[in-house]
Amino acid sequence: MSREIWITIDQKKIKANEGDRLLWVALENDIYIPHLCAIKDEERPNAGCRLCFVEIVGYKNPVTSCTKVVQDGMIVKTRSPRIDRLIKTGFELILSDHNLKCRECPANKNCALQEIASKRKIKLQQRRFKPITREFEIDESPEVFAFDRSRCVLCGQCIWADREKAKVGAIGFTRRGINRAVTTFKDIPLAESICTQCTLCVDACPVGALYYKKEVRED
Amino acid sequence: MNSMNPLDIYQRMADEAKSREEAKTEKTRILVGTATCGVAAGALKVRDEFVKGIEKKGLDAEVIEVGCMGHCYAEPMAVIAKPGFPPMCYGKLDDGLVNRLVEDYLAGDDPCYEYALAALERNDVFPTFEDFPRGVHEEKLILGQCGYIDAGDINSFLARDGYSALAKALEDEPLAVLNEVKAANLRGRGGAGFPAGDKWEACLSSSENEKYVICNADEGDPGAFMDRSILESDPHLVIEGMVLCAYAIGAQKGYLYIRAEYPRAVRHVQQAIDQARQMGLLGNAILGTKFNFDLEVFQGSGAFVCGEATALVNSMEGKMGLPESRPPRLAQKGYRGKPTILNNVKTFAYVPLIIRNGADWFKSIGTPDSPGTAVFSLVGKVVNTGLVEVPMGTTLRQLIYEVGDGLPNAKEFKAVQIGGPSGGCLPESALDVPIDFDSLHDAGAIMGSGGLVVMDQDDCMVAVARYFLEFTQHESCGKCTFCRLGTKHMLDILTDITDGKGTMESLTLLEELAEDVRDGSLCNLGRTAPNPVLTTLKYFRDEYRAHIEEGRCPALVCRDLILYYIKPPKCSKLCNVCVGSCPTEAIFTREDGLKEIDQEKCVKCDNCLKACPPEYNAIVKLSPPVLPKEKEGAVK
Repeated sequence: MSREIWITIDQKKIKANEGDRLLWVALENDIYIPHLCAIKDEERPNAGCRLCFVEIVGYKNPVTSCTKVVQDGMIVKTRSPRIDRLIKTGFELILSDHNLKCRECPANKNCALQEIASKRKIKLQQRRFKPITREFEIDESPEVFAFDRSRCVLCGQCIWADREKAKVGAIGFTRRGINRAVTTFKDIPLAESICTQCTLCVDACPVGALYYKKEVRED
Repeated sequence: MNSMNPLDIYQRMADEAKSREEAKTEKTRILVGTATCGVAAGALKVRDEFVKGIEKKGLDAEVIEVGCMGHCYAEPMAVIAKPGFPPMCYGKLDDGLVNRLVEDYLAGDDPCYEYALAALERNDVFPTFEDFPRGVHEEKLILGQCGYIDAGDINSFLARDGYSALAKALEDEPLAVLNEVKAANLRGRGGAGFPAGDKWEACLSSSENEKYVICNADEGDPGAFMDRSILESDPHLVIEGMVLCAYAIGAQKGYLYIRAEYPRAVRHVQQAIDQARQMGLLGNAILGTKFNFDLEVFQGSGAFVCGEATALVNSMEGKMGLPESRPPRLAQKGYRGKPTILNNVKTFAYVPLIIRNGADWFKSIGTPDSPGTAVFSLVGKVVNTGLVEVPMGTTLRQLIYEVGDGLPNAKEFKAVQIGGPSGGCLPESALDVPIDFDSLHDAGAIMGSGGLVVMDQDDCMVAVARYFLEFTQHESCGKCTFCRLGTKHMLDILTDITDGKGTMESLTLLEELAEDVRDGSLCNLGRTAPNPVLTTLKYFRDEYRAHIEEGRCPALVCRDLILYYIKPPKCSKLCNVCVGSCPTEAIFTREDGLKEIDQEKCVKCDNCLKACPPEYNAIVKLSPPVLPKEKEGAVK
């Protein structure tokens, strides 16, 4: 059993276990910190979405709470002008590359981006950056679900589900930079890949990129 | 007890190497610089020409390939060491000059001083490199033997005390090596300046048995070639440093991660490893001790981000070269999950010198907080481009004006970009900043890997920022939000400004975004990518404003903000050079005989401006792109 320690988040005293990561301690104690890519069981956090910033007393710069292991006596602030600005910019950057037609999206009202927007009072429309518009073909090859890359936020939740839960490995990240994408080996349609269509990836997707086909949901 | 101690074994080896090297000096030797810089300038042809000339004349002389002496501006270069004469260095060689040297110096006895660059040893007839202003400032530690020794022959290295530090260290406890490196306050030359000794100590304290030593030779900055030159010119120095590190931390296996675009470096290092292994300086029972350590070359495929430690390790493990969040640090959990020391080429290269000469010697060079030397590849608008090594604390002004001999063509200095694509652009007012890790950081630049690009009045700082950002945006791995999307939007804004479509609001946005990308990115590629933008905004904001508010590029660089114009009073009606130089037939002869540019057809290629004879100098660039009203008289 790991040792129990005490930390303070937003002036609230919280009991935690040594070795826990800050993001999960906060979330489990009803303190919301925005996040998209964090996976609790992941040995080494991906830390790619850059939304879970907090300030810790004694640290010069904001840190991502998904990578920070709690220490006894740690004093954490989840809100500050500096953090709010960083998170807002990160969020708006993601929105600039996201298909924002929420009304057409199957994840409408059940979307991590909408949750972040409402909890942090950030508009789901951003005007600062020019939207990056690209044409993607929706992969509708699987029987019950589909994949629309225009909504993908590259959080990697689907890849984790595919590899660690389903133990299949049909999808992964490919390409670099602005072209980074979740796709199958050689970009073949999911149904032609080794995908077993177990749909664990669909359940893992926090936005509407992987979604159940309508006709199936109505059944 | 007939076992020999490592020093005895080494001494025998070194003595034999020395006598071999000495035997070589009895006949004439021509040392041709065939590092990549030399080869690019035509050194292989020069080498062949020497060989041909020697054969034709039936001379008793040997042509040896060496590395880079740092005077890249004078490549191709060769040193002629003829018994009875001081060794002389000749630069900018071509067939004619080589034949002349063969004829007059090798076959005759005329050293052709009129073509000599410098002598390598003090003498009564010709100055040495040390007599140049550059030589006054330069202090060559890790470049000391580059260009002077045969990288392909381990004896050449052994004869100059190579591997003596290893022999000395093996006589003592491993801890002694660590203590010496710590006492020397050797800071990592990969860019950040983290104390190497602290890193090693963290690795040593791990209870794991399996540990690794990796040399980061993934240098990939535009304009930087220090690591490549060292590996090509003096590979054993780096290898010896790695073996010493392995001994200090207890590693058995190491790798040199060299990017595959450096084929000569890969070849030279591989050759050096083979020879060191053959001599018992690598592999099992090094110098007769119980210490085993072996090295391998790993060829990286050239992603800039793989210079980042965690991305490098991922790529070695066969995964995508993406960075990871830290901790854990590599010293605790690195390659294959084992404690790993990853240092830069230059960092390892200092280690044998520190062990050989002691920490106090090292600390006597440079500044208290940044001891030792700084190695730069000095490029751009500077007369003497090349590889330089100066003590830390030398100012940028000394480096550019004395070591580099200033700017060519009497142009005015504008800025110096220091630290590679993610370094900062510093203006004239920052030239007296001493070069060390902390001062540069305070000025907004970084030591980085040591790329140093000098820019003059003809460089547009907005275009320069855009250029570097295009590089980092292209090299972003895409894993994290700020780097993937932030650099993309920054580049778009910069492109708009250089296209004359910028607004003052977009400038504010650019600055805010740059700060957020710096603070929010996962790894140092993203965190430092905004440096060129932030420093040009800080020091050259006027240029941004001119682009946005006046539609004008002060340096006359941004194509959408300039036009080419032929000044009627200056144009010689009889000359047709500009017309012939134009690839799009945009220049025509008017009825009055003067030449004029059809602005619709002009692609702003700059050919006409270059072609117009200097006695007329009739073609100019104008910004903003507005044609002046011609004076009546001139038109007629």
